[in-house]
Amino acid sequence: MTSPKRIGKIEFGILSPKAIRDMSVCKVIWPDTYDDDGFPYPKGLMDPSLGVIDPGLRCKTCGQKQGDCPGHFGHIDLAKPVIHVGYTRLIRKLLRVTCRDCGRLLLDKEEIERFSALEDDPYSAETIGEKDIKKERICPYCGDQQFKINFEKPTSFVEIVTEMGEDGKVHKSERKLTSADIRERLEKIPDDDLRLLGIDPEVARPEWTVLTVLPVPPVTVRPSIILENGQRSEDDLTHKLVDIIRINQRFKENQDAGAPQLIIEDLWELLQYHVTTYLDNEVAGCPPARHRSGRPLKTLSQRLKGKDGRFRGSLSGKRVNFSARTVISPDPNLSIGEVGIPLAIANEMSVPVRVTKQNLEDMRVLIRIGPHRPTLRDPCGANYVNRPDGRRIRLIAGEEGNCDTVAEMIEPGWKIDRQLRDGDIVLFNRQPSLHRMSIMSHHIKVMNGRTFRLNPAVCPPYNADFDGDEMNLHVPQTEEARAEAELLVAVQENILSPRFGGPIIGGLHDHISGIFLLTNQLKWYTKSEFLYLLKYTEMEHLPEPGKVENGIPYWSNKQAFSMILPKDVNMFYKATCCRNCDPCTKNTFCPNDAFVRIVDGELISGTIDKKSVGAMDGAILNRIIRLHGTQRAKEYIDDLTKLSIRAIMLYGFSYGINDTDLGKEEYKQIRDVLDTAERDVANRINIFEQGHLEPMPGRTPEETLEMQVMKELGKARDRTGDIASRHLGFENSAVVMAVSGARGSMLNIAQMAGCIGQQAVRGERIVRGYEDRTLPHFKRGDKGADAHGFVRNSYKSGLNPTEFFFHAIGGREGLVDTAVRTSQSGYLQRRMINALQDLKVAYDGTVRSTGGKIIQFVYGEDGTDPAKSASGLPVDVKGIAESVLKEEI
Amino acid sequence: MTRLNVLLHEMVPDHQIMTDEDVKNLLVTFDITEDHLPKIYHDDPAVKACGAKPGNVIMIVRKSQTAGEATSYRLVVRRPKK
Repeated sequence: MTSPKRIGKIEFGILSPKAIRDMSVCKVIWPDTYDDDGFPYPKGLMDPSLGVIDPGLRCKTCGQKQGDCPGHFGHIDLAKPVIHVGYTRLIRKLLRVTCRDCGRLLLDKEEIERFSALEDDPYSAETIGEKDIKKERICPYCGDQQFKINFEKPTSFVEIVTEMGEDGKVHKSERKLTSADIRERLEKIPDDDLRLLGIDPEVARPEWTVLTVLPVPPVTVRPSIILENGQRSEDDLTHKLVDIIRINQRFKENQDAGAPQLIIEDLWELLQYHVTTYLDNEVAGCPPARHRSGRPLKTLSQRLKGKDGRFRGSLSGKRVNFSARTVISPDPNLSIGEVGIPLAIANEMSVPVRVTKQNLEDMRVLIRIGPHRPTLRDPCGANYVNRPDGRRIRLIAGEEGNCDTVAEMIEPGWKIDRQLRDGDIVLFNRQPSLHRMSIMSHHIKVMNGRTFRLNPAVCPPYNADFDGDEMNLHVPQTEEARAEAELLVAVQENILSPRFGGPIIGGLHDHISGIFLLTNQLKWYTKSEFLYLLKYTEMEHLPEPGKVENGIPYWSNKQAFSMILPKDVNMFYKATCCRNCDPCTKNTFCPNDAFVRIVDGELISGTIDKKSVGAMDGAILNRIIRLHGTQRAKEYIDDLTKLSIRAIMLYGFSYGINDTDLGKEEYKQIRDVLDTAERDVANRINIFEQGHLEPMPGRTPEETLEMQVMKELGKARDRTGDIASRHLGFENSAVVMAVSGARGSMLNIAQMAGCIGQQAVRGERIVRGYEDRTLPHFKRGDKGADAHGFVRNSYKSGLNPTEFFFHAIGGREGLVDTAVRTSQSGYLQRRMINALQDLKVAYDGTVRSTGGKIIQFVYGEDGTDPAKSASGLPVDVKGIAESVLKEEI
Repeated sequence: MTRLNVLLHEMVPDHQIMTDEDVKNLLVTFDITEDHLPKIYHDDPAVKACGAKPGNVIMIVRKSQTAGEATSYRLVVRRPKK
């Protein structure tokens, strides 16, 4: 292997006319490609000496076949010089800083010394800019009066000549500079003056920015394609070059015939337009050249620019083999470390296996089976056999197949491409790949159906759901890749997120609801119920029953949960359902059963909910990883999800429209609360209109009123929520979800049953719409609650038309916000990744760039891996103390 | 006119010019040459205040959220134009 080399310098120059002619193999003068018989015109744009694109032919220049011949440049001699659009800025600067007559830099010696400190290093020298030179001064060398030069997009320059007229007045007149004039001026600039401007005249003489000869790229760069109907379709570049040559030839003819100046100028401008669009078809102030169909042509600069351009699209972007993509769907019976893949995909994809003396017979079996695997029960076979000489034999199944013959041929040293089978490791990915958990390795399980199956508990790291999401799968092809996939990229190795040092994988909605229903308060189960719950967990034997009544043994719900815990977990904390009572009862009896105590792997008291098992929370999971490592954590998640699903199935969990019903009394209370609030608002408006409102410090009376109204209506909405939740208890599924933290909040329930409340745009009541009012339904200047978007109905009772409209306004703001946020954060992420992508932590703990430059002397200043830290801290003091003391601290 | 010494401000971390001996040791510990060090411009207010010249290496000790106190080293370089 070659060792990395340090780049000493990079030199950027401009292609000189001489260089263009030197590399050219053909002067192109014929403005067409192929004649009627399909042969390229000699000296045309498809001249055979420019390279070969048809298979079987040989290049006229280098004699190589298609694929080997890189193609060769030709050239077009332009009748008159034209400006290169890419250099208009440079040309403008040079015209402004040099004398129009003698070409010298418009600075005398003293000034040059003042502005440029060339010092010893010519490359880092400070160069002279446009600003250093005063406008319309007199040349210090030849004494010529200088004029202002205006640049008009895209490619013309105008000199504003000021002259003293005979009457003593100053006359201004515009004079357009032709490309030939400009070139002449640039030619006059001496080499020494160019160096002061930061230009190396050896590689970039300024007059080269005005083209006299145009290189014609090889045909390999602009291949023509043959359509289905046998017609040839030329590349956009070829089309553009045809235009250029056609105009150029016409220009020459007119010039030779001595055509009037006007026609010459028109043609010159046309030639300039064609060359400009050939180089860049998106120049400001220049209509883009279009295809016959009206589509703008994709010319040189369009090939490089943008997301699908050469850099971002072709060079940075890579396409790979051994990958698959399809829709995902959930399968809770899979482990979190598994992925279900369709048989069709498993048959198509393969892993290379080396044939050795030891596995020779096994390999023969695989080859005899061949590529045909009709059902899940059939053993996997092989698709290809690779011989050591690089030849590849495709296996063909069936009577006429070659499987049996090939099976006899193989010997150690060969490689066979084995089909995927259960247990193979693959990489699984969902875009956008925003963090490292977006790609994790899973073991496969071949399944029927056409979708990838995954355990819903691994959705959070991928941010996946099943509303039509698709995911990608890659099969590692080498032993090293498989080892890394197993040791570094495996799902269980990524349970702890480096983002916050806690578990990112955990129970989802139903898991949390289920485990909450199971563990809340104390419940007793018979043997069959207990076994029903733990049927699919890795349970080995029943524990001692918690109590025996009338000779029947009973087990408690806490015992059921304790079954999936390791025996040395000691934890004490408040669960999500804690209501923050004052004073807290803690170790004694909590009325909400919200104080979790786990001693030696036994749940003594408390409810297991989001805080304990939720994704991005998962306190217990966190502790298990620290105590027993990732493998045990994976098993725990599998057990937990299965237990909680069984629990929710035991109790049943559903929601209907009548679950938002309240009693007569509650509806009356809600009505009263809202009526009072609206009356209150009306009162305040009255006070305001009479001018008696005392403004708050730093606010106008209007602002004060708005704040008071918002506060009042917000309070009223909360009050209705309280009334509603007093009526709804744990028999209501929405309450269970809200309290356990599975999904939704008490606010959502209040909005369904009580009152939706104030709709807001940018945190304020809705004010826009018509003149002085939001809708024609209201009086001008009405400041009342209903006129500015207060929705007093609930989702259950239904909204009236004005309320519905306000609700739509408020809802739209949320949608717009999300859309804007995703696009902005996406771009932010792209810039950050581009800046950080090559940094790595070296073995000495420093963060270094690829060149070995030090970015940080100690990673994160404390050298801690966030994924191995305790929520950011190096040592989990509380956890250690709890483990030792086995009591709350 | 009295000028503010930025080094005395509580939000400016401690900047110290390192001796040649210390610099040599630093480069040996990290197995680097001077151009692998992070840079700081010669006209940086803190550099001007502590009197370092291009070519000097500065030791910066700052408060750190994660580690309490973190040390880093920067090579003083001339600021290029633009």
